[in-house]
Amino acid sequence: MLKDITIGQYYPVQSKIHDLDPRTKIVYTFVYIIILFFANNYVGYALGAGFLALLIAMSNIPLKFVFRSVKAILIIILITVILNVFVTPGNVLFRIGSLKVTDAGLINAAFMALRLTMLIVGTSIMTLTTSPISLTDGMEYCMKVIPGIRSYAHELSMMMTIALRFIPTLMEEADKIMKAQKARGADFETGSIFKKARNIVPILVPLFIGSFKRADELAMAMEARCYRGGNNRTRLYELSYSKNDRIAYIVTVVMVAMMIASRFLPLMRIPIQ
Amino acid sequence: MQKAIEIKNLQYKYSRDEEEIIAIYNMSLDIYEGEFVGIIGHNGSGKSTLAKLINGIIMPTAGDIFVYGMNTKDEEKIWEIRQKAGIVFQNPDNQIVATIVEEDVAFGPENLGVEPGEIRRRVDDSLEIVRMSEFKDRKPHQLSGGQKQRIAIAGILAMEPRCIIFDEATAMLDPSGREEVLECIKQLNKENHTTVVYITHYMEEIVDADRIIVLNQGDILMQGSPKEIFARVEELQEVFLDVPNITHLAYELKKEGLAIPDGILTVDELVENLCQFN
Repeated sequence: MLKDITIGQYYPVQSKIHDLDPRTKIVYTFVYIIILFFANNYVGYALGAGFLALLIAMSNIPLKFVFRSVKAILIIILITVILNVFVTPGNVLFRIGSLKVTDAGLINAAFMALRLTMLIVGTSIMTLTTSPISLTDGMEYCMKVIPGIRSYAHELSMMMTIALRFIPTLMEEADKIMKAQKARGADFETGSIFKKARNIVPILVPLFIGSFKRADELAMAMEARCYRGGNNRTRLYELSYSKNDRIAYIVTVVMVAMMIASRFLPLMRIPIQ
Repeated sequence: MQKAIEIKNLQYKYSRDEEEIIAIYNMSLDIYEGEFVGIIGHNGSGKSTLAKLINGIIMPTAGDIFVYGMNTKDEEKIWEIRQKAGIVFQNPDNQIVATIVEEDVAFGPENLGVEPGEIRRRVDDSLEIVRMSEFKDRKPHQLSGGQKQRIAIAGILAMEPRCIIFDEATAMLDPSGREEVLECIKQLNKENHTTVVYITHYMEEIVDADRIIVLNQGDILMQGSPKEIFARVEELQEVFLDVPNITHLAYELKKEGLAIPDGILTVDELVENLCQFN
């Protein structure tokens, strides 16, 4: 059972979005996050939601999975909504005790919730359609163009790759240690939360010691296989853009242009209120 | 015959808890191109240290090691040495780097800066040799121990080495896994003429070796053909080493007075000898 865990939330199906180069998806996601903050009227929000809907439809991922990520930030959305409802000045609709609810407050809260939802759904489309490994690859390429962190790009992505590689191995080991401790009478299920936490210690200590030993052996094996950092290193699969990536970039540029137009061109604006 | 590895007056010592430990003591040894050399010895006899010394992971404190004529102390040659003399370690889990089998096999040639097309060819060829081609898209943790170790071997093969050192490469495997890995190594030696240095403590695994070297306390105790070595049952037992079960049986029978020659290595051989008593 432990062996089949999926890391991250990658949803492996066939789709045009899945086949895009990871760099395209990373760039698109960043751009999308930024332009969401340009939206300040109905047209802007409609554009943001429209592009997102298009992506979701093309990604072949069930809506249930797409919106699962919203659950995680539900609390944040609720707090934002409540604050917006009560503190925005405007025409008072009704009062709850000393708190007044305004029309502008309700509209503001609704759009804030919409913006946060689009933000989180927009980013999870990337993680849902890109396997952790190609995401790591894409990030390495993207980091290489940013001055300052350029020289760490390879090391960071190698660290991520090794972490991904060892998560199942360490899970298996933790499971083994846990069973061994159980066989000798350890109890992980009963007791208060503090007692449970304390009982985890006999699992963590051998797990940590074991992983240091693994790290040592892995480093030696990597050196024996001529590993010497990212310099002069080639790749089995070099990332390459396809026709669809070019289309995706054009769509991104169009989206940015439309978003900016919706904010600044009077013709495109349908203001809220 | 060309020398693959030449060891001259090698010494390696290190200190632990302020105590100086001599792991290798004045050892000289030549290993020739295409040979299958088995190295056995009790724990602490210096087997693994020797493997790391040949690969340039640790440096001799005295003496020299030449791998295809290159001294392991020569920093400029270290990558070429590691490419020529690959090493497969004991724990398959701790030497697989990538999350996909074929990407792990590609790790070595990627480090060497080989062109992507050439990497592709080497990965396919190496996986073919260890008969793991159909698993190339799998994740390592979905494989059995023996399969993982064959992937590790493919990872070394992809660097196109001329010599491979196996440092107790079968020690953590179950009997069937051990057999499949050993089969693969023997085939490498016979068909690809790869020089094999096979470090083990399973005597059965090296009865087919060209030469066996017995280490004891950092020095060579004896060397010779499997027949010669396993004939010296008492001497081996003195350094806590066993002979293969069948050799031991033959030895006990001989002690009981049966006229059986020394150094019997296989069941067939023993049967043949016993049948002559009829």
